[in-house]
Amino acid sequence: MSRIWSAILISGAGTYAMRASFLAFAHRMATVPPALARALRQIPPAALAAIILPALVRPEGQLDLLQPRLLAGVLAGLVAWRTRNVGLTLIVGMGVVAGLQSV
Amino acid sequence: MPSLTHARAGASAVAPMLLGVVPFGLVAGAAPVAHGLGGWTAMGLSTVVFAGASQLAIVDVLSQGGSAVVAILAACTINLRMVLYSASLAPYLGHESTRRRLGAAYLLNDQVYALSVTHWAGEERTEGRLAFYVGAGVLLWAGWVAATIAGVVLESAVPDSVPLDFAVPLVFLVLLIPLLVSTPAVAAAVAGGVVAVIAAEAGAGPLSTIVGAGAGIAAGAVVDARRGAPASSTGGSPPASSTGGSPPASSTGGSPPASP
Repeated sequence: MSRIWSAILISGAGTYAMRASFLAFAHRMATVPPALARALRQIPPAALAAIILPALVRPEGQLDLLQPRLLAGVLAGLVAWRTRNVGLTLIVGMGVVAGLQSV
Repeated sequence: MPSLTHARAGASAVAPMLLGVVPFGLVAGAAPVAHGLGGWTAMGLSTVVFAGASQLAIVDVLSQGGSAVVAILAACTINLRMVLYSASLAPYLGHESTRRRLGAAYLLNDQVYALSVTHWAGEERTEGRLAFYVGAGVLLWAGWVAATIAGVVLESAVPDSVPLDFAVPLVFLVLLIPLLVSTPAVAAAVAGGVVAVIAAEAGAGPLSTIVGAGAGIAAGAVVDARRGAPASSTGGSPPASSTGGSPPASSTGGSPPASP
């Protein structure tokens, strides 16, 4: 098997295993201890922020606050907060980055 | 047919997200072609792996002559957050058959996860949960694969100057902001983001996301416990802990996102 396809197939199998990990045993999780429930509740904000913030403050792989993506992210965040509109948020965010990059 | 109604609700909830997913899918289609790995590699990645950031990491490693092992490790560390998503969704789907849950697992991704968990937190009924998830997941999958095909075909036309990769964090922002309605959620987000950046600066590479997420979960749970909130609080809490009645409108989790 080629290098490329073994990478694809094994990465896919590994990713699927992680996706299925807890779902496979969900029938034993019908009742969740309160402490675990408390931890599970924090997953959405914690995981999303852990993806978003590095993309805003270190887009080139090192901390850099003086680049368009941080400002674009803040403005897009305001738009998302006020409107909850994906399209408008994307237009503002991408527009600010494209505009500042071309300056 | 009620499950069709739920599936349709899921599909229409995820539809606006396609605005961010399609540009990223174009990149996922164009990048392997641009790096000489070919269009079938792009299609294989988008259907077998079906997770954008890790697909680009695989392309990056392979196109620089790296081994399959390095590519697999990079992809799997990036996708470690799927374990968290799986754990978070599992308490909601205990009533479904194992076969259905294993099928649903294939469709798991950031957008479908965040939409489903906020949607399910709003109601007690188990009926229609999986249909909502599958409706959202299938539409997102179709959009992702279609965008990948378009990216393969239009490779040379996908512009470098437009920051297409930036669409992803922007979509996540729209998912995150409605969750920030309680102190524990804000603590989780702040700690998650800041620790992810610190970990990345310290050289954690693709592991920094999961390190940050872990720190955020710990911070949010500590704040939640300190508030002395009874376990029956609301929001994104799994069903076991949201026992009956109309729970206080505070706590973590959050309101379902505004309808598209």
